[in-house]
Amino acid sequence: MSTVIEVENLQKAYGPTRAVDGVSFTVEQGEVFGMVGPNGAGKTTTIECVEGLRRPDAGRVRVLGLDPGGDRRALAERIGIQLQQANLPARLRVGEALNLFGAFYKTAASPRELVERLGLSEKWSAPVTKLSGGQRQRLFIALALVNQPELVFLDELTTGLDPQARRSMWDLVREVRQQGRTVFLTTHFMEEAERLCDRVAILDHGRIVALDRPEALVRSLAVETRVVFTVVGEMQDVPLASLAGVQRVETSGERVIVHGSGDQFVSRVVSALEANRIAFRDLRTEQPTLEDVFLTLTGRELRE
Amino acid sequence: MRGLVQLTATSFKLYLREPIATFFTMAFPALMLILFGSIYGNDPSPLFGGHGTIDVSMPNYTGLILGTVALMSIPITTAGYREQGILRRFRATPMRPLTYIAADVCTNLAMTMVGMLLLLGLGWVLYRVQFEGQFLSYLGAVVLGCLAMFSLGYLIASVAPGARMAQVIGMVIFYPMLFLSGAGMPIELLPDSIRRISAFLPLTYAVNLLRGMWFGEAWSAHLLDVAVLLAMLVVMGGLAVRLFRWE
Repeated sequence: MSTVIEVENLQKAYGPTRAVDGVSFTVEQGEVFGMVGPNGAGKTTTIECVEGLRRPDAGRVRVLGLDPGGDRRALAERIGIQLQQANLPARLRVGEALNLFGAFYKTAASPRELVERLGLSEKWSAPVTKLSGGQRQRLFIALALVNQPELVFLDELTTGLDPQARRSMWDLVREVRQQGRTVFLTTHFMEEAERLCDRVAILDHGRIVALDRPEALVRSLAVETRVVFTVVGEMQDVPLASLAGVQRVETSGERVIVHGSGDQFVSRVVSALEANRIAFRDLRTEQPTLEDVFLTLTGRELRE
Repeated sequence: MRGLVQLTATSFKLYLREPIATFFTMAFPALMLILFGSIYGNDPSPLFGGHGTIDVSMPNYTGLILGTVALMSIPITTAGYREQGILRRFRATPMRPLTYIAADVCTNLAMTMVGMLLLLGLGWVLYRVQFEGQFLSYLGAVVLGCLAMFSLGYLIASVAPGARMAQVIGMVIFYPMLFLSGAGMPIELLPDSIRRISAFLPLTYAVNLLRGMWFGEAWSAHLLDVAVLLAMLVVMGGLAVRLFRWE
């Protein structure tokens, strides 16, 4: 595996605002690398510095062995970009857009095959203004793939899409990855990062506060797991709070929530209930998510 | 090169799908021709050196078309594309700014030519206007006039903060030219005091050159026109490319 993107101490300020404040990371070939964080965390500025669309104030960026600032055109041949904010002429049609953008590159994928793969075949002659939000994003992904890039950038791919369209967008990203292309994406949906990314960098106020595999991030922070159940019959005083790994027990009526952490935590709670012959139903565990990781790291909710 | 050709062809298609823009560049001058033709007819007049009003209107209205494209269409479209993030999407490709502008120039040049041919066709059908110049010379005058005036258009697009401002600036520059450059009405109809203002309007030189070439005058008689237009092309065109912004 070789390194596709190298970023060292990237810095970029807009006036007094330090949008990106010393960011370093690498992206390996074939992985889906995600950058998550709230709006204004510096995700788009970072991704655009890597794409060569913005000039960093300081720091070193290498992409596919090229300098995005100096070799922008050579780099543009080999990467595919889906921008957070971009548009196409209103009267342009889907097929025309793909033919047009294909003509800007030395190597181009077949536009017909692309629309087929992205489920836009019936929209070939439709003006871009007549597309739904999801179809529009599909078209922009198609444009990002038109030069058969080695590396694909997806900036806030699913923002503004309904849950169904978002899910089908995820399938597309997985497909792109299966074709052996490296993917660098940004999102402010933790769930999206968790489902798609091999590695995730959490960005806050222009700095990376954590970077690892999503499961590792969740585990490393010892964010608590919750066991939730409803007691059947008489409520007894069960010594759950004294179990190893349990942090606290909340009871409201028949509903019990046990907070704790550790590999054995859930099985210990269940064993204790059985040993004390307490009948229960609707037991479920709530695993911590990246959302909780973010909260733990920054003390803030992701979407505020 | 393939990008340039494809972009030109696509822009041309998009232009034709925009009915209002097409109307202004193509149909408006033709309507003026019919209107003024019905008022003045095309009888020879000593005012125009023995030519008729319609004869003189052919190169004048050609100037009107290229002025409309340069100052109404180019600034609004270019600044609008920038405002809407369309240029941003283009920028994410290996395309050079110059390629974008070159394709846009080709498109607008083609649109101007189509408008001109429509006008000439109409003039010939309705009034049997006679072309007394040399085809290549006239074509050269049209191309030079276009490139010079378009440069001004792209410069406006480059300096205007948004599409609305580009439109306003374009109109402020265009309207005096419409009446005072000889494009909208023959310059002979203007009093001398007003004609002094005309000397400051770039389109005056384009119209003057077009008229000269239409009636078969020598290039040497139009050195001033050629010099002004070339200077515009170099200075304004250079600035426009320099100041060109994708976003």
